Amino acid sequence: MPPPVSPTPIRSVDQLTEPRRPSFTTPLDPLLTLAILGLCACSLLTLVGATKEDISDAPYYYVYRQGAYAAIGIVLMVLLSRFDYSRLRELRYGLYAIMMVSIVAVIGAGSTTRGSKRAFELPFFNFQPSELGKLLLILALAAFVVGRIRRGNDRDTTARTMLLALVPAMIVIAQPDLGSGLVYIAIAVALLFFAGISWKQFAALFALGAMAIVIVLIAAPAMGVEVLKPYQVDRLTAFLNPSDDPAKQGYQQSQARIAIGAGQRAGRGDEATQTRNNFLPEHHTDFIFAVVGETYGFIGVAVVLSLFALLIWRCMRILTMAKNLYGVLIAGGVLSMVAFQVFVNVGMNVGIMPITGVTLPLMSYGGSSVLVTLMALGLVQSVYVQGRKNASAKGRVLVD
Amino acid sequence: MIDREDRFVPVTPQLAFRVALVGVVAVTIFALIFFRLWFLQVLSGDQFLATANDNRVRDVRIPAPRGDIVDRQGRTLVDNRISSAVVIEPEKLPPPGRERTALYRRLGRVLTMPPKKIRKEIKDQRAVLPYSDVTLKNDVSQVVYSYIYERQTDFPGVKAQTVFLRSYPRKLLGAQLFGTVGEISPDELKQSKFRGVNQGTIVGKSGVEYTYDRYLRGKDGARRIYIDALGRTKNRGPELPPDQGKQVRLSIDLDLQKAGQEAMEKVGVLAEAGPGAVKRGAFVAMDPTNGEVLAMGSYPSFDPNVFAKPVKPGLFKKLNSNEFGAPLVNRAINGAYPTGSTFKAITAIAALQSGLITPETIINDGGSLKVGNITFNNDNNVAYGPIAVRKALQVSSDVFFYTLGVQANGEGGDIIQTWAKRLGVGRATGIDLPGEFKGLVPTPAWRDRLFKRKLTDRPWSIGDNVNFAVGQGDLQATPLQMAVAYSTIANGGKVVRPHLGRRVEDGAGRALQEIEPGSARRVSIDEGNRRAVLDGLRAAAGEPGGTSADVFKGFGREVMGKTGTAERPGQANQSWYVAYAPDARRPIVTAVTVEQGGYGAEAAAPATRYILAEWFGLKKSFVKGESKTT
Repeated sequence: MPPPVSPTPIRSVDQLTEPRRPSFTTPLDPLLTLAILGLCACSLLTLVGATKEDISDAPYYYVYRQGAYAAIGIVLMVLLSRFDYSRLRELRYGLYAIMMVSIVAVIGAGSTTRGSKRAFELPFFNFQPSELGKLLLILALAAFVVGRIRRGNDRDTTARTMLLALVPAMIVIAQPDLGSGLVYIAIAVALLFFAGISWKQFAALFALGAMAIVIVLIAAPAMGVEVLKPYQVDRLTAFLNPSDDPAKQGYQQSQARIAIGAGQRAGRGDEATQTRNNFLPEHHTDFIFAVVGETYGFIGVAVVLSLFALLIWRCMRILTMAKNLYGVLIAGGVLSMVAFQVFVNVGMNVGIMPITGVTLPLMSYGGSSVLVTLMALGLVQSVYVQGRKNASAKGRVLVD
Repeated sequence: MIDREDRFVPVTPQLAFRVALVGVVAVTIFALIFFRLWFLQVLSGDQFLATANDNRVRDVRIPAPRGDIVDRQGRTLVDNRISSAVVIEPEKLPPPGRERTALYRRLGRVLTMPPKKIRKEIKDQRAVLPYSDVTLKNDVSQVVYSYIYERQTDFPGVKAQTVFLRSYPRKLLGAQLFGTVGEISPDELKQSKFRGVNQGTIVGKSGVEYTYDRYLRGKDGARRIYIDALGRTKNRGPELPPDQGKQVRLSIDLDLQKAGQEAMEKVGVLAEAGPGAVKRGAFVAMDPTNGEVLAMGSYPSFDPNVFAKPVKPGLFKKLNSNEFGAPLVNRAINGAYPTGSTFKAITAIAALQSGLITPETIINDGGSLKVGNITFNNDNNVAYGPIAVRKALQVSSDVFFYTLGVQANGEGGDIIQTWAKRLGVGRATGIDLPGEFKGLVPTPAWRDRLFKRKLTDRPWSIGDNVNFAVGQGDLQATPLQMAVAYSTIANGGKVVRPHLGRRVEDGAGRALQEIEPGSARRVSIDEGNRRAVLDGLRAAAGEPGGTSADVFKGFGREVMGKTGTAERPGQANQSWYVAYAPDARRPIVTAVTVEQGGYGAEAAAPATRYILAEWFGLKKSFVKGESKTT
C-alpha cells in the first residue's frame, strides 16, 4: 500500500538554532572535485590538439585562456563552497532582477557575433549574461519554489514557476540563443520535480510543451508567423535526416559523425584531420566532444563520459544530503543544468539530437560557460559542506 | 505532531523515489550514448575513417603520354608531339574583381579569346575536375608561349605549359587504321574495357588506338594534395610520375602502305577527302600464311591530326558527309560490296568441293544462258565454247559460272553460300579493328524471309543464284573478306584471322608481349581442286587471253589474280582485283577495289601491280589493262 501523496515535508528551512561555526575546515566532496578537475584537464588536453592550427601565430591561445578560466572558476568554486548558500535565499528578488536586466541589456548593448547578440565585450573575455542567468535562475527560482511549496497549491506553484522561467527563456531565445533558453526551461521543470509537485502537473506541462513544439515548428510557419529563425528550425529538424543536404544544416552533424567514427577505438591522435583541417566546425566549442572522439577514440569519450557520470551521480547524492529544501533544489537545479547540457550536447555530437547550440559543460571553450558551471558546482559543494556540518552538529554521520 | 528536527530523515521517500527515477533516466541516456558511440567508432569506424580521408585528400592526375605506334620495321606511324598550352592555376589568380577582370582582358588579347569565354571555360572545367589546372588553349604558337612565359608577373596564375598531343606524322596514310583519340566519354567510363581509367583521360576512339588502347594508354601519374575544409591546398604530397604507354608494333609495312596510296591516286582516287571525291576505294595486302596485314588503306582519307584537339562540329560533320567522300569510313573493312568476278574463284572451289564438277568437267559457253525466261549474257556476248574450270577462270567466262549457279541452286545446302561462308565471306574476319562489317551472303532462306516480311518484292529464284555465282546481286563482301578467302585457297585451307597488331614493346623497341591474333579456322580443300583454281588464276594474270594478262605483262613474277567488275545500280562499275603472289619468304595476297573505277583491268588490277612491285622490289610502273570482262 503506497503512502498517500503528500507535499514534500519541509525540513529545517531556516536553521536559526544552528550554532554558527566556521565552515572553512570542512573538506569538499572528493569525488565531485575529482570529476571537475578531471574534466577541466580533459578540456585543456583536447584543446591543445584541436586548436593548434586555428590561429597561426598562437597555437596555445585557446588553451591558455581556457586554463585561466578554469583556474579562476575553481577558486570561485572553493570560495562559494565556504559560504552557506541558505543566505542567498533572501536575495532572490535581487538575483532575479540582475538576471533579467543583464539578459535584456545585452540585446541593446551587446556585441554582435554572427548575427546574434549574446555577449558583452569585456577586456580579456566576452561575458555572456545568458550563461550567468542559468545560475541566477536556479538560485532565484529555487527560493521562490521553497516559499510557494508550503502553501500546498501545486497548480498555482507550477504555473507561476514556469512563468518566471519562461519570460527570461524567451528573451534568451530571441538573442538568439536557443540552447540556453531550453536550459532555463529544463531547470524550472527540474526544480518543480524535486520540490515534489504532483505528477498531474507534469502531465499538464508535458501536454503544453508538446503543443508549443507543434505550434512553433509546424503551425506557426504554416501561417507565416516566424517564431524561430528558419536556420533554427532547420537545425532542429536536420538531425532527423542528416544526409538530406550535407552541404547545409546536416553538414556539421555529418562531419561530427565522421570525426567520431574515424576515431575508432583508440583515436587518430595527430592525424585527426577532421579537426585539424577544419572540416569539423566549432570544434573548440559546440563540437569538442567530436574532437575527443576523433583524437582519442572510444577510450577517450568513455573517459569523458565516465567523468560526467561521476559528476552527475555526486550531484544526485549531494542533493539527498542537503540540510534544507533550498539546498535540495539548488543541487537539483545544478544537476539538471549540467545533465541537460551534457545529454543534449553529446546527443547532438553523435547525431541523435538536434543541433541547439548547447555547450558541453567544463569541456567546451568559453569563459562564461566555464566560470558559471564552476560557480554552480561551488554551490553544490556548499550544499554538501552544509549538509555534513548540519549532520555532525546533531551527532549523526552522513554516509557519502 | 512529532518534531521533525528530532526524527532526522535524510530523505523523504518521495524525494528518494524521484532521485532514483532521475538516476534511471540518466543511466538509460548514458547507455544510449555508449551504444551509439560503439556503433560509430567500433562497428563502422573503418567506413568513417575512409570518409575522413576522402575528405581531405585530392589526387590530381598527371596524364601519361600515349605509347607510339610503329610499323613492322619500327618506323613511327603515330607518336606524340610536344605542344604548348596555356594553363590557369585558379588558386593563384588575383582575387575576383577589377584585377582579375583586367587579367582576363589582357589574356584574351594574347589568346584572341573573349574574356567572357575565359571565365566560362575556367568555371566549366573546374566543375568537372576540381583542383586540376584549367587548360585554356592547347597548341598555342611559340610566340604566345614566350610572351606569357616571359611576363609571369603580368599574368599571375597563368602559365605556359608543355603538353603532349597525339601526332600522326604520316597524315593521310592509313588514317583509318590508326584511328583517333579523344577524351573518354561518360558511356565509355562504364565499360569494362576502360576499367580504372580516370575521367578526362585521352583514350583511343577508333582504329588501332581503340583496339590496343590498353597498352597505348599508359598509367597516369598523380600528385596528392591535402586540403582543408575550405578547399585550400594545405600541402602537396608525394608525386607519382606518369608511366608512358607501351609501344605497339604493327604488321603494316610503311613502304607498302605508301605504294598503296600512290596506286590509288594513280587510278583516280583522291587521297584527301574533298568535294570532288567521286572515286573511292580501298586496298588490303596480307600475308596469306598468318593473316598479318601488310598494308590497308581506304580513300579518300583525312588527316587524323585534327582529332588531337577537340574537333569543331562543322569539320566533324564534313568528315562524315558523303559528298565529302566520308573519309572516316575504312572501306577495307566497312565497305560491303558485290565483288564481281573475283567471286568466281570461290564459286569454283564450291562446285569442285561439292562434286558438282571436277577440274576436267567441260561446260559449253555459248555466250549466253537462258534461265527460265531471262537470258544471262557474257560481257560483250563473247562465246568461249566448251571450257573447263581453269579456262573459265582465265577468261572469266560468265556462262560457265552461271551454269554452276543454276546447278548449285538445285542442290540442297546452298553449296556456293556454304563455301563462301567457309572461306570467310559474309562473316566477320575477326580483325583487330573495331566496327568491322559482316557483309552478306544471300541465301534462299534469307530472301524468302525478307519477302514474307514484305521487305522485298519477290522471293528467292534461280536467277538470284546465277547472279550470286558471279559475285553480283545481293552479295556484300568487304575487300578484307576477299583477301581472307583467297588466302585460304592459297595456303590450302587455313582461314587466317587478319590482324595489325604484332607485339607490345617498351620505348626502346624491346618486345614485352607478342599479340596473339587468336587461332585460325581450317577448312579442308582437296589439293587437286585447289591446284585447278590456282592454275586458272595464274593463267588469268599470266597467259594470253587472261583477263589481267596485259596488266601483268613483263611483271617478272608469278601472280595469280582475278579481275572483277561489279555492277552497281545508279553508278559506274566498281573495279575489283584480288591477287595472290606466291613467294617462299614473302607471300602476299591483295584485294583492291575502286568504286566507279570501271572494269577490273582498268583500275584495280593496275593498282595491284603497283603494290606488288613495291613489295617485291620491282620497278613500279602503272599499266592499264584493256580487258572489258567482268
